[in-house]
Amino acid sequence: MTVIDNQTASNESIAAGNGVVGQRILRKEDPVLLTGEAVYTNDMVVPGALYMAVLRSPHAHATISSIDTSAALALPGVHSVYTGADMADQWAAPMPCAWPVTDDMKNPAHYPLAISKVAYVGDGVACVLAETDSIAHDAIELIDVNYDVHSAVIDLESALSDNVVIHDELGTNASYTWPLLIEENDGDCQKAIDEAAFVVSERYVQQRLIPMAMEPRAVVAMPQPFGGDMTLYSATQVPHILKVMTALTLGIPEHQLRVVCPAVGGGFGSKLDVYAEELLCVQLARTLKVPVRWNEERSENALATVHGRGQIQDIELAADADGRLTGMRVRLTADMGAYLQLVTPGIPLFGAFLYAGVYKLPKAYDFSCTGVFTTMTPTDAYRGAGRPEATYAIEHAMDALARKVGIDPLELRRRNFIPKESYPYEAFTGLVYDSGDHDKAASIAESLLDYAGLRARQDEQNIPGSTKRLGVGVSTYFEMCGLAPSRVLASLNYSAGGWESATVRVLPTSKIQVVTGTAPHGQGHETAWSMIAADRFGVDPADVDVLHSDTAIAPLGLDTYGSRSLPVGGVALTMACDKVIDKARQIAAHQMEANEEDLEFSGGTFRVAGSPDREMPLAAIAFEAFTAHNLPEGLEPNLEAQVTYDPPNFSWPFGTHMCAVEIDTETGNVELLQYVAVDDCGNKVNPLIVDGQVHGGVVQGIGQALYEEARYDDDGNLQSSTLAEYLVPAASDVPPITLGESVTPSPGNPLGVKGVGEAGTIGAAPCVMNAVVDALSGLGVQDIQMPASPLNVWNAIQQAQANHQETNQ
Amino acid sequence: MEVSININGTQQTHDVEPRTLLVQYIREHAGLTGTNIGCDTSSCGACSIHLNGEAVKSCTILAAQADGEEIKTIEGMADADGTLHPMQQAFMENHGLQCGYCTPGMVMAATSLLDENPNPSEEDVRLGLEGNLCRCTGYHNIVKSVLAAASV
Ligand code: FES
Ligand code: FES
Repeated sequence: MTVIDNQTASNESIAAGNGVVGQRILRKEDPVLLTGEAVYTNDMVVPGALYMAVLRSPHAHATISSIDTSAALALPGVHSVYTGADMADQWAAPMPCAWPVTDDMKNPAHYPLAISKVAYVGDGVACVLAETDSIAHDAIELIDVNYDVHSAVIDLESALSDNVVIHDELGTNASYTWPLLIEENDGDCQKAIDEAAFVVSERYVQQRLIPMAMEPRAVVAMPQPFGGDMTLYSATQVPHILKVMTALTLGIPEHQLRVVCPAVGGGFGSKLDVYAEELLCVQLARTLKVPVRWNEERSENALATVHGRGQIQDIELAADADGRLTGMRVRLTADMGAYLQLVTPGIPLFGAFLYAGVYKLPKAYDFSCTGVFTTMTPTDAYRGAGRPEATYAIEHAMDALARKVGIDPLELRRRNFIPKESYPYEAFTGLVYDSGDHDKAASIAESLLDYAGLRARQDEQNIPGSTKRLGVGVSTYFEMCGLAPSRVLASLNYSAGGWESATVRVLPTSKIQVVTGTAPHGQGHETAWSMIAADRFGVDPADVDVLHSDTAIAPLGLDTYGSRSLPVGGVALTMACDKVIDKARQIAAHQMEANEEDLEFSGGTFRVAGSPDREMPLAAIAFEAFTAHNLPEGLEPNLEAQVTYDPPNFSWPFGTHMCAVEIDTETGNVELLQYVAVDDCGNKVNPLIVDGQVHGGVVQGIGQALYEEARYDDDGNLQSSTLAEYLVPAASDVPPITLGESVTPSPGNPLGVKGVGEAGTIGAAPCVMNAVVDALSGLGVQDIQMPASPLNVWNAIQQAQANHQETNQ
Repeated sequence: MEVSININGTQQTHDVEPRTLLVQYIREHAGLTGTNIGCDTSSCGACSIHLNGEAVKSCTILAAQADGEEIKTIEGMADADGTLHPMQQAFMENHGLQCGYCTPGMVMAATSLLDENPNPSEEDVRLGLEGNLCRCTGYHNIVKSVLAAASV
């Protein structure tokens, strides 16, 4: 067992060439980011650009009865003002939702500016173009809108009663119901529940979260009035998807549209979308023939950028007398918000396959999810997207089951683990898990935390009258990554594929250029992809350059989300490198008059086996390929190859998180004493980056458990729209994170990798909440609503004590 | 109104609207876009710079209030020959940044923290950086970076 924290990184000690994969190499991205040299979208200097500001609805649900823009137009420096009605005929199609999860899914037409009705606080009503950003913002204050206000719809279950219908044309607030019923051979869900020794029925609420990437969104649309081309710069995670969707929504010939992401300051799913402001800027730049730009303010971001989570989960577990799972029923009610954004309806579906976590479950599973419209900001992907919700439900319910069975929650988990010998394992859903060693991950976490020691301490500390109660939390998880096999996406009705593309070219001077379809925004792909290519070619990563996030340079790609970049994009890159090496081998064989099969390639040089003096370095081959003076008959000049890789399966990272909390029962304050994460993401390309992904993910999960919540009042006003009210964890709110090492390579791809971007978040929220409930269950507390804020914790304690007194009376 | 500020060792004079925030002045008038804006409630610290040697959030003061003063931004931290400031170097070596958006503010706040307390405990660093939010790193490696910089 290793603790992997004290290892520092330095590029002095690394061995360049083959073997570079797996080393802690400093990031190439850092010097520009550390010195202020990086250009984020809002840093761009664009002469002659008009600044856009958007007037947003202050009402959650209203009909627009009139708009008077005259005062805004009269303000010096204002160029023009547009209402939704003014622009209504400019859209070739409504804003896209790429995931019609059922054939009868209801999807209201959604336009960049509302035309007659607004459906959430923040819905765009009009926009102003002005010479400066501040004039544009001054001007939107002068627009006078009269609204006929209707009731807000905030509560998911009352939304389903359709007393107030948000989108009249749909006649209902229910968007869809998607079932996944698996009852065959060895199982039947209802029967399992009827015959179970133990049944646990729980309801959990996944509160709404605001992603809050530190860089708000920003857009610059640059037209080329005479040539007809358009370049869209955007702080997005999905330049390629954005290009296709913008072309379709605006009726722009796709080949005349280029999307570029300058430096992007985090996304976490919130920049995986096609947004009104992107479409507005492009359309206005196109018609006015001048650049148009927009940058989002933080409080605007809280309203106008998608939210995450927002689900009510009803979960029923059936177990035998030993606590082994025999069946499961899950009913979800998922908050879509006011409209369906790019993948809104599909988010809960990602979870549908993960409700059994790392446990054996017979095919006695009954899942269904209903998507519901409310008058709140649309929801969509947020770090983990459906998978943290599923993991929370199973892991929190496993603790409830452990309490019922009367055994230690870790022991209960061990009894249910899928044994490592069973991999590859066909799960209850029919999906095949690639590899796993749950007992190992759990054992490493167990000893890093000193689980037994903490349990003993707990017995001493949690005595009647104690005001400082200790809690221990455990969570395991399986994560479905490497999005995604295109055929599986097709079976889920998703409108696109899940492949990724890479191009590798060796330049005449033997420097290597990698072109990737992934779109990093903090994940360090320039470093990691350089390492993969350097490892393949046996060269120094410094000699590799990685180009990305510009559809003119990297025309093929499906971007970065869902922990897909390495298991799909990294694998595509590996295959493209190998294709180039194969070509180089043909040239080397030709030049050295040897058989291809007799050539060995290492350290960047081809050698004839058995004749050590006959060798040819890549540099010489690259130059030969460039001059094309003496190539094998029929071989094309240049060393370049492109590969598009469609993964045959998902990849399945897994792990165990454990933590200890101390709760002050008088204040309700939860202090995280210790946090241990063992995330097995298969082979690691750069462990430095992997660790960072886990740290950041864990803290976002802790944020959901203890601090964060998008709170709405009954009128549909967001009450936590600034960083003063929405509590993103600060350094002082979280403990150091101890990481344990477990590596179980994926047999599903040549790199053996699984992906790690979301793992930390997935493991963390249930781990912390299990510790919180564990600390207080001795007081009769059954559960606590997230976030476990001092108020929620204190209330739960009071409630438990009141119940206790009642029962004693 | 005219505002004259010494920025990273160079005296600059610009005509600005009286309501101009120092961060806007730095970004739009002085053209130094390394200083970022992450919020509108002085909560995030992305805009942290040094005003007369001390870290301040440059969105909390007007450019006019810095008239005649000296400020340093992230662009003034590395040497002209490209050598990074020890704090920048420590962030690089300890992977104290991911997307980099909070980073200029973090580096400015962290150097000022060490000026005040050259030998901070981990707890001191966490409390000292409380006003600087990062959504990517979970702070673990930021704290590690600052402690490493303190020990060189
Ligand atoms: S921009 Fe100054 S504190 Fe957030
Ligand atoms: S590195 Fe992204 S916000 Fe800190």
